[in-house]
Amino acid sequence: MTTKEQFRPEDHPNDSFLLTTVVGSYPKPKWLNRAKELYQDPDHEFDAEDWQEAKDDAARLITDEHERAGLDVVVDGEMRRTEMVEFFAHRIEGYEFNGPVKVWGHNYFDKPSVVSEVEYDENWLVDEYEFTAAASDRPVKVPITGPYTLANWSFNEAYEDDEELAYDLADLVNEEIEKLVDAGARYIQIDEPALATTPDDHAIVGECLERIVADIPEEVRIGLHVCYGDYSRIYPEILEFPVDEFDLELANGDYEQLDVFKDPEFTKDLALGVCDAHVAEVESVEQIEENIKKGLEVVPPEQLVVSPDCGVKLLPREVAYGKMANMVEAARNVEEDIDAGNIDVERGAPAPADD
Amino acid sequence: MENIKHWYSLAVRTMTEYVSTTPGLFPLPDWAKDDLSDLKGHQKGDLIGGDEGEEITAAYEEAREEVIAAQEDAGLDRVVEGQLRWDDMLAHPLAVHDAVDTQGIVRYYDNNNFYRDPVVQGELDFSGDVASELESASELTEGDALQAVLPGPYSLADLATDEHYGDEADFLAAIADFLAGEVEAFPAHETLFLLEPSLIENAPEDGVDERASEAIDTVASATDADVVVQPYWGALEEKVYAHLLDADIDAVGFDFVANQEENVYNLQEYGATDAVSLGLADGQNTLVEDPEAIRDRVDWVYDQIPVTEFETVYLTTNTETFYLPYGKFEEKLAVLAEAADLAEVKAA
Repeated sequence: MTTKEQFRPEDHPNDSFLLTTVVGSYPKPKWLNRAKELYQDPDHEFDAEDWQEAKDDAARLITDEHERAGLDVVVDGEMRRTEMVEFFAHRIEGYEFNGPVKVWGHNYFDKPSVVSEVEYDENWLVDEYEFTAAASDRPVKVPITGPYTLANWSFNEAYEDDEELAYDLADLVNEEIEKLVDAGARYIQIDEPALATTPDDHAIVGECLERIVADIPEEVRIGLHVCYGDYSRIYPEILEFPVDEFDLELANGDYEQLDVFKDPEFTKDLALGVCDAHVAEVESVEQIEENIKKGLEVVPPEQLVVSPDCGVKLLPREVAYGKMANMVEAARNVEEDIDAGNIDVERGAPAPADD
Repeated sequence: MENIKHWYSLAVRTMTEYVSTTPGLFPLPDWAKDDLSDLKGHQKGDLIGGDEGEEITAAYEEAREEVIAAQEDAGLDRVVEGQLRWDDMLAHPLAVHDAVDTQGIVRYYDNNNFYRDPVVQGELDFSGDVASELESASELTEGDALQAVLPGPYSLADLATDEHYGDEADFLAAIADFLAGEVEAFPAHETLFLLEPSLIENAPEDGVDERASEAIDTVASATDADVVVQPYWGALEEKVYAHLLDADIDAVGFDFVANQEENVYNLQEYGATDAVSLGLADGQNTLVEDPEAIRDRVDWVYDQIPVTEFETVYLTTNTETFYLPYGKFEEKLAVLAEAADLAEVKAA
């Protein structure tokens, strides 16, 4: 049995189960941004306690929105997080901030500098997890920025090279996951977008993951999210990674890269991106059904999970919700079709080699 | 006669000029990041088009004044305009061209940075965009030696997509002619830096390496200023380096931050131009080097190679500096200026 079945809802309507979830981030309600401005305004009486309450409200709201959309596994939409590196760097001893740097155009982020050996300081996500778990009856997934990305998207002033830094950070991620598991978390997703920039470093990411999963109980589901890259440069090598699931962005490229995963056989679970996170138009249920069927060309239903391509935080909130709702409807329809025998789920045999 | 030659060579040795400079493409001061993102927006269509209105122009003018003052305060020997408007980094001269359509957002080399793919759809005639920036800068530099900065033709062609010329060689030649035309319109400048990271990151194949060198020659011939060709993110393949030495340029740059061994090898095996540019401070890391350490690295380079003197040694960051937070960028400027002073003292 894979780690996926434990997340099947008791009242799941179909025999087949295509777990539906999200990658993580979700549009923040406008009032949360306004609350942040008030909190940052020294002349305003909106204080730390008020700010905490605002974040709690937002986390509850978005978790609830995920439930309403029908997702099997929910996230709080990362309402408490700023940017995916910044958030963690603020909680790790050894990091300092020197100001914003450009990513593109006038989009900046506070790229932190590692100035001394990194150490575990305050907990990162346990409070967030406990809050979300209490706010929902559904299982909760916890996305964590991976150590390779944390290393690669920081200035490294203290370590011989980024590889050494990544391994030290991996040990800290391991420590955090242990705490999350103690708190009840069973579904962890490691986000490694930096791997797309430097695909040749897949072995470093593999070694990081070995450290991350050390002594983590087997029933805990570990996923890896990689987006926006040339997957042929990391496949099939990534099949060696000690994870249960790969969460991949494929809708954005219209499944051009799908064939990459057909040969050799995809031996892990595939969390397939079935909605484009960068197009502000809700895909129809029929379109998403077609996308889900693409996944069945790679893995059987037992190994398939459906989610959007990537975090949806840049979309208008109503569009993000529309995508979630249609995605769940499409997944249920495809499950019914599979149960009824209307879909050929025999994975297409890889094209025979020339020799 | 022998004696005279000997004394002459000693005199030259003591006369190596150390010139502190940068490859330009600075980070915006933090206030300008805020103001300009409010004025321009955050989306693809909001990036610079070369036809910006009064308010945006005014913000850039104020930021330009600030970075020129920062270079003067630091005591750099060359002052650049700062290229603060270059939203698309080295692709900027094409991104603002009328015959170019800026399309999808693509990755800028192996960095977590992105630019708009400039798709060339017509004849690359004269633009004057960079010349007008330099005019504004030269009004501010108060006699300090102005340094112009451009992408080298090979890198600019590599960053762009051609839908007009149809042939790789014709496209490269057209880009070179375009850049040469731009340079001819520049106000007086002491030095021209041509940034050529693609020569390393996407090294030209046999035959193309020679054409890359000819293209550089075309651009370099358009100015009387000293021309420095600065490749970075590693070392040139030896054939590419050998061809580059054939171009009529004054200095080749070496990225000693990213790669020491192969850069030294090229210097040992093929020699060098009379001037060199040494990328010794890291343009992509907030760790601020000691000026003494930079000076020691200059000595280290000298120790590795048979040539004992260069006419001019440019001391610079290895890459552009827009990767850095503004405060760290300013600190790097001061380090370079001080390192050049230290090297000069020691040499004399």
